[in-house]
Amino acid sequence: MKVVLQNLTKRFPNRNKKIKEDVVAVSDFSFEIPDGELIGLLGPSGCGKSTTLNLICGLQKPTSGRIFFGEDDVTDLPPENRGVGLVFQNYALYPHLTVRQNILFPLQNLKGAERPSKEEMLRRALEAAKLVQIDTLMDRKPSELSGGQQQRVAIARALVKMPRVLLLDEPLSNLDARLRLQTREEIRRIQRETGITTVFVTHDQEEAMSISDRIVVMKDGVVQQIGRPQDVYDSPVNLFVAKFLGTPPINVFEGEVRGGLLRLGEDAVLKAALPDQKVWVGIRPEGFAPEQAGPLHCELRAVEVMGRDISVVAGHPACAGTAIRAIIRAEDRPDTQVGTVRFALKPHKVFLFHRESEERLAVELS
Amino acid sequence: MERRSAKGWLYLLPAVAFLGVFLVYPLVDVFVYSFEEGYNSASQSFFGVGPYNYSYVLHDPYFLQALKNTFVLVIITVPLSTGLALLISVGLSSIQKLKDLFQTVYFLPYVTNTLAVGLVFMILFKKTAYTDGLVNLMLHWFGAGPVDFIDGPHWAKMFVLCFYTVWVVMPFKILILTSALASVNQDYYNAARIDGTSRSRIFFRITLPMISPMLFYLIITGFIGAFKAYSDAVAIFGVNLNAAGMNTMVGYVYDMLYGDSGGYPSYASAAAIILFVIVLTITCINLLISRKNVHY
Ligand SMILES: Nc1ncnc2c1ncn2[C@@H]1O[C@H](COP(=O)(O)OP(=O)(O)O)[C@@H](O)[C@H]1O
Ligand SMILES: [Mg+2]
Repeated sequence: MKVVLQNLTKRFPNRNKKIKEDVVAVSDFSFEIPDGELIGLLGPSGCGKSTTLNLICGLQKPTSGRIFFGEDDVTDLPPENRGVGLVFQNYALYPHLTVRQNILFPLQNLKGAERPSKEEMLRRALEAAKLVQIDTLMDRKPSELSGGQQQRVAIARALVKMPRVLLLDEPLSNLDARLRLQTREEIRRIQRETGITTVFVTHDQEEAMSISDRIVVMKDGVVQQIGRPQDVYDSPVNLFVAKFLGTPPINVFEGEVRGGLLRLGEDAVLKAALPDQKVWVGIRPEGFAPEQAGPLHCELRAVEVMGRDISVVAGHPACAGTAIRAIIRAEDRPDTQVGTVRFALKPHKVFLFHRESEERLAVELS
Repeated sequence: MERRSAKGWLYLLPAVAFLGVFLVYPLVDVFVYSFEEGYNSASQSFFGVGPYNYSYVLHDPYFLQALKNTFVLVIITVPLSTGLALLISVGLSSIQKLKDLFQTVYFLPYVTNTLAVGLVFMILFKKTAYTDGLVNLMLHWFGAGPVDFIDGPHWAKMFVLCFYTVWVVMPFKILILTSALASVNQDYYNAARIDGTSRSRIFFRITLPMISPMLFYLIITGFIGAFKAYSDAVAIFGVNLNAAGMNTMVGYVYDMLYGDSGGYPSYASAAAIILFVIVLTITCINLLISRKNVHY
C-alpha cells in the first residue's frame, strides 16, 4: 500500500498556557512512501516524529494537508477504519491479559461479516505469534516476558489484523544494546516477509540507517532530507543532517574560502571554486588520511585501537568542537611520541556549508 | 544471615511492641472477657467461664435488630456508593470542564464534620408540628404523602441512613477513582482505538481491570467502614438508637458499655467479637474473590 502525505501540518495550542503562539509539531510535510518499503523517520526528540505517526494512523487530525492510502483519502477516517497497526514505544500491552488474549484483542473487536470464527481467530493469532517467534509463550502475562519478547508481542498484535500500514514508534528504545541490534534485524525480516509498508520512528541514526529503505530526517517539525541512507550520508543537504548522521559524528570546523583555497585556520587544505567567504566545514571521520606532508596540522592527543581500525583524537585551532576524531586504518597509526599529526583530506568526505543558513554549498573540492 | 535478621527484628521492636500493647493485647483481652460471665470491671470479678454471654447477645432482640440494620446498611450502601462513585468518576475524567468545576464541590462532604452533616440531613428530612421538611415538600410536588423520615416507619429511617452514608463516603471514593483513572496510561486507550474497540469493551476490558486494585481497596474499606457505622446513626436519630430501632452493631457494643442500660462489659465483648468475626469473614471472602479479578 502506497502512502501519500500531502502538505501535512499539525499545530498544537502551547502546553504552557502563558504562551499564545501555537506549537508547530509538523510543518508542511509532503512525502510519497512507495508500496512495501520500510521508511525510517529520524530526528532528535521533540521534532514531531510521533505526531507524524499519529497523523498517519488517525489518532490525531492534521491542521491542514491530506493523507492517502493508495488512492483512498483517509484524512477524515477514524483510526479503526484505516487499517493500520501501531507499535508503541512502551508496547502498551494489556498487562492483565495473556499474550494470546493480547494478540486476539484486535480480532475480537471486529463486528459482523468481518468477524472471523473463533477457530479462525486462534489460527491467525498463532500465525502472527509464529512470525515473531513467540508462539511458545502464548499463556504468559506480559510481566513475565523480557523486554524483547514484549516487543514481539506488540508487533504480533499490530500485525494480526493484517494492516495495510505498520507504524512503529521508537520500538527499540526500551531495549538494551544487544537486544536492540537483534530486534531491529527481526523487524527488517518481518517487514520483508509480510511486505507491509512500514514507518519506523527513531532518534537513533544508526538504527534508521541500518534497516530503512529510505530515511526521512526531521528537525523542528520540518523535513530536512529524504533519501536512501547511504545517499543522505554521502551528501547531506545541510549542517544539521551532516551532524545528525554518522558515528562517530562528523567533525565541524570554522573555515574560510580565500583565493580559491579552503583554509582551516592557517592551513590551506583543499581547492574550492567559490567566492571568498566564511563557511562551516564538515569532515567525516573517515575523511582523514595521515600523511607526512599533509596540509592539515593537528595536535595529537590520543590513539584508540578499535580492532581493524583505529581512532585518532586530535586538536586543531579551527575545530568547532572540543576535539577531532578521525578513523584510519591500523597500519597508518601515527607516532604518539611526536605530539603532532598531519592529515590529507579526502575531498568527497568534506562538505562546505553556508556560515549563516548552514545549507550545503555546491562546490567541487580537490 | 542470623545476625542480620536479629538486627532486623531489633529495628521492628518499637513498632511490634506498640502494636502488641495497643492492638493485640486489647483484642485478646476482649476475647477473654467475652467468655467470663458477669464480669465486673470495678471489682475485677466474674462468676464463671462459658458461652453464656454469646447466647445472651444472640437472643437479645436489640442485638438482632442492630445486626439486621448493619447488614442492610452494608448491602445497600457499599455497592451503591462504589457504583455511583465509579460512574461519576468516569464522567468527571472524560469531561475536562467538569473536572475543574466539581473538584471542590464533590469534596465538600469529605471535609465537613459528620455530626454537622447529620444535623443538616435531619433538618432536611424531619417532620415537625410546624413543617414537613424540605424533602417532604418535594415529595408533595410529586403527589406523594408526607413521610416522617426521622421518627416514622423503619424503612423510611433506613432510607435516610443509607442515603446519608452513601453521600458521606462518596467524595473519598470519587477522589480515589478519579486519580486511579487518570493514572491509566493513555497509550492503552490509543492502542484500543486503533484496533476499533467499542466504548463498552474499552470500559470493561481495559479501564475496569486497570483500576481494579483501587476499586477493590474501596470495596474492602467500604465493607469495613459500613460494618463499623455508628456516629452517622447518632447524628440523625439521637443517642437512644435502640428506642428508634436504628441501632448498629458498634452502637450496641457502646450501649452495653456506657449507655443508659449499660455496664455489661461481658456482653459488649461478646458482641464485639461477633462483629470482629463477621468483618474478618467478609474481608477474607473479598480477598479470595479478588485473587481472580484484581490485576496488580
Ligand atoms: N498534545 C500536544 N499538545 C501540545 N504540544 C504537543 C502535543 N503533542 C506534541 N506536542 C509538541 O509537538 C512537538 C513534537 O512532539 P512529538 O511528535 O512527540 O516529538 P517526537 O516524537 O519527535 O519526540 C513537541 O514540541 C511537543 O511538545
Ligand atoms: Mg516520540
